[in-house]
Amino acid sequence: MFDDFMVRATFAGIGVALAAAPLGCFVVWRRMAYFGDATAHAAVLGVALSLAFSISIFIGTVAVALMMALLVNILSGRGYAMDTLLGVMAHSALAFGLVAVSFLSGIRIDLMAYLFGDILAVSRNDLSIIWGGALVVVLLISWRWSALLTSTLNEDLAYASDLNPKREQLVLTLALAITVAVAIKVVGVLLIAALLIIPAAASRPLSRTPEGMAFTAGFIGMISSVVGLRAAYIFDTPAGPSIVCVAAVLFVISSGLRLLMPSEK
Amino acid sequence: MTLVKVKDLSVNYGARSALTRVSLSIESAEIVTIVGPNGSGKTSLLRAIIGAIQSEQGSVTKRNGIQIGYVPQQLHIDATLPITVQRFLKLPHGATPSEITQALHHAGVPDLSASQLSHLSGGQFQRVLLARALIKKPDLLLLDEATQGLDQRGSASFYQQIERVRQDTGCAVLMISHELHVVMSASDRVICLNGHVCCEGTPAVVASAPEYRELFGTGTGGALALYRHEHDHGHDHVDHSHDHVEVNE
Repeated sequence: MFDDFMVRATFAGIGVALAAAPLGCFVVWRRMAYFGDATAHAAVLGVALSLAFSISIFIGTVAVALMMALLVNILSGRGYAMDTLLGVMAHSALAFGLVAVSFLSGIRIDLMAYLFGDILAVSRNDLSIIWGGALVVVLLISWRWSALLTSTLNEDLAYASDLNPKREQLVLTLALAITVAVAIKVVGVLLIAALLIIPAAASRPLSRTPEGMAFTAGFIGMISSVVGLRAAYIFDTPAGPSIVCVAAVLFVISSGLRLLMPSEK
Repeated sequence: MTLVKVKDLSVNYGARSALTRVSLSIESAEIVTIVGPNGSGKTSLLRAIIGAIQSEQGSVTKRNGIQIGYVPQQLHIDATLPITVQRFLKLPHGATPSEITQALHHAGVPDLSASQLSHLSGGQFQRVLLARALIKKPDLLLLDEATQGLDQRGSASFYQQIERVRQDTGCAVLMISHELHVVMSASDRVICLNGHVCCEGTPAVVASAPEYRELFGTGTGGALALYRHEHDHGHDHVDHSHDHVEVNE
């Protein structure tokens, strides 16, 4: 059944949505949206380096995204406001990545595919990497779920429960790097953050517990992928952006529902 | 039995020293209160005890297997995070329904388990934090200005609750408070902190100690008094030159 490119694309979209949902919730709760952006933009540099050294693009982007995230962690709290620091890092990483790609004169690469994704060109091999990565992210976050949640609520509460919030932060950073690496083929670096944040934000009005919000976000992400791909096929629009558009529409609908039941949540 | 022993603990933030050679110990089932002006290192001391601050000098020794319940100063719950009281009480190590019911009962808010955390009033929220601290039947309860933002009646009833908790569960309590009149009546022991331990002892001993009077005035028997002093009393090894304003009743 994976012979059909639409089937492969659909499963790729669902895989990314599953990884992005629980991670996206933490990105929203911890106000890390810019952080996600910076990590994703750094992935372009990872692509360029992977091609230059002919290593797997997945490995290259995970490594560079991870380094980016660690660098931000190290530099934060050293004189610059977090959003300034992330603004500098995100855009510099993107610019350096684009410049690095231009040096690769011997190799023809389709830059647009990395910026906006190329979900219709997902191969069987890509698909197994996406699902493998997504599985690792979901398992990692499920394993650390309670500790992550406690650290997110209050670091001192975490310390008092014998947890180390810094270690939990690293878990999230690693999960983010992997998600970026698997999502790059699906929506491209410019829209990865959207896939993290929009389903999580859309599920907020419909949820009463953190777990409920993560599951709802996964559901919304999957619907966005399936419907977005279908719409892209019918209207001949770019697939990645179409998926994000559907997610945005679902966000508007769920926000509207919140207005209809103001006292509930 | 000694639950926590702090020995010669010093904590620095860059060039600023928050605590200098602080030593104290907490015995089981006693209520100890830390008083001191803003910036005197009260919160740093509590954070060092829970392990949030690794001290460069000195040591914090806890009894083996000690359960510590911690009630933070204030907890901001991001509006994007939906969570019920019940779910909150299960973090991070889980809790049975009967443990939850009992902790909420001890904290004086038995009916809140299904409420959203973000919908609670200030007083309810502090009690839910107390309930969470009580869930694992702590040997020691740490409270960091747990009544901040509560009105006088609210905070008085909160401290009565603490007293009841101690009677019911036999746990020790170490708390930071600004409310001297409450502290003085409810504590077994008071530690007056100002970067270092100025004085400590029973409330009566501390209240009459010159160091304490220098920090908080002598008390004026119910009348509202505003104290302001340039703080540079005779401990020459610490530089703390802050103004201190204390409202006493």
